[in-house]
Amino acid sequence: MKPLYFDYASTTPVDTRVIDKMKDCLSLDGNFGNPGSRSHAFGWQAEELVEEARFNVSNLLNCDPREIIWTSGATESDNLAIKGAANFYKEKGKHIITSKIEHKAVLDTCRQLESEGFEITYLDPDENGSISIKALQDNIRKDTTLVSLMHINNEIGVINDIEKIGDLCRENGVIFHVDAAQSAGKINIDLSSLKVDLMSFSAHKIYGPKGIGALYVRRRPRIRLQPLFHGGGQERGIRAGTLPTHQIVGMGEAFKIAMNEMVDDHEKISSHRDTLWKGLNGMEEIYVNGSVETGYPGIFNLSFNYVEGESLIMALKNIAVSSGSACTSASLEPSYVLRALGRPDELAHSSIRFSFGRFTTEDEVNSTVELVKDSVSQLREISPLWEMYQDGVDLDKIEWA
Amino acid sequence: MAYSQKVIDKFEKTLKNPEEASVGRWKPGDKDFHRVGTGIVGAPACGDVMKLQIKCENVDNKNVIVDAKFKTYGCGSAIASSGQLIDMLKGKTIEEAQQISNQEIVDILELPAIKIHCSVLAEEAIHRAIDDFKSRRNND
Repeated sequence: MKPLYFDYASTTPVDTRVIDKMKDCLSLDGNFGNPGSRSHAFGWQAEELVEEARFNVSNLLNCDPREIIWTSGATESDNLAIKGAANFYKEKGKHIITSKIEHKAVLDTCRQLESEGFEITYLDPDENGSISIKALQDNIRKDTTLVSLMHINNEIGVINDIEKIGDLCRENGVIFHVDAAQSAGKINIDLSSLKVDLMSFSAHKIYGPKGIGALYVRRRPRIRLQPLFHGGGQERGIRAGTLPTHQIVGMGEAFKIAMNEMVDDHEKISSHRDTLWKGLNGMEEIYVNGSVETGYPGIFNLSFNYVEGESLIMALKNIAVSSGSACTSASLEPSYVLRALGRPDELAHSSIRFSFGRFTTEDEVNSTVELVKDSVSQLREISPLWEMYQDGVDLDKIEWA
Repeated sequence: MAYSQKVIDKFEKTLKNPEEASVGRWKPGDKDFHRVGTGIVGAPACGDVMKLQIKCENVDNKNVIVDAKFKTYGCGSAIASSGQLIDMLKGKTIEEAQQISNQEIVDILELPAIKIHCSVLAEEAIHRAIDDFKSRRNND
């Protein structure tokens, strides 16, 4: 039996409507031409499709199509935005602000810049995971050139107030980059009113193909970037490399579908999260990481105290979820996101992320509720920590070997 | 996680039928509790806690482990390693049990390299339980 899929925040299946469009861009009969070929119809037709896709992406975000640069995915977009802006504006200053709970694509990029002589401030989130305007304000300096913060956090679903953060950045003349890999097509983004200068997108988080993404680069006021790739001058010299027509068309179609179906998707996803939470809420010693009230409902992170996350994933073998447990990571460190929220390590080890999407069904959620309840109680039955908790032992007072 | 079928089987059997897999405990007040040694190793913050108990009887002037129970908080391989250790203990003298090395558990369960610490934890647990048993006998 194929496991039930509850890991949409990791990746999504490609919508069949997207696949149909992509298939037309590969073979001799289709639009296989190089969009950069200016001398024949194969190139012109491919270019037309690329521009249609660019329009579809910009339309969802309410920006100018000329502000969309194709990349290989959100990781490249984050790299291009952060390194590109940091290096272009380094005469002005070498201070960058980000947070401790950003995606690794942002954090590791910042670490790299640190090694090149930039100074990075890593803000602590509040206990719910959002970045306070005050904390940001207190850390903006004269030499700050860039703020990079995510829109929806990939582990806990917390939504940053990018409207207020953008206003603050603009007042201070600081470039604002937002990683929107988890939010584009899920919640409303209006770049005509937001004071966001750079925004990263991914196709595969929103039922498009892997290997394609985009970076929004504001035209007014104009943001300039030092490119990462050099070559044939594509994407106005900001990102060289032959444009992958089929990937781009796939992303465009996925964003177009999202534009039409975002409201319905969101309603369904909220109801799935509510069903799951209603089913599990009565259990002893479970904790929500993030917020039921204000978080994005498609990402729901729970800690089942006294049960280790990897063992729970193993027990839930018919459900595909992910965990902040150290045992599921190559580094053997528990989730840095949950630790930054001030969660004790044991709760990070016990965390499971359920993420829902367009194809999740109510039946799947209901069976998940039952499976989770059964598995947690089975694992607690064999947990010495649960036994101590039941005996009234204070685990914090024990000296662990 | 690329676990061997052996780890998965052991884990699933333990979950499905904990009593048969020797999950449980002896507590103060139980008959024969003075013949039980307890070892607790690991820490919640590290994601692994193993509690092992051995019950010994004197056979021909030797302390023989006649029964053992465990409870484990940890990843699948930590739970499987504890169960495997239990299987290896029963019927052994404490001197023999002392000789059990983590490598035996690694070999039997085909643990991946990144999970070897689970078997080390099991080896530490038996040492602790034996020490605890011995210190209790000295106090008799």
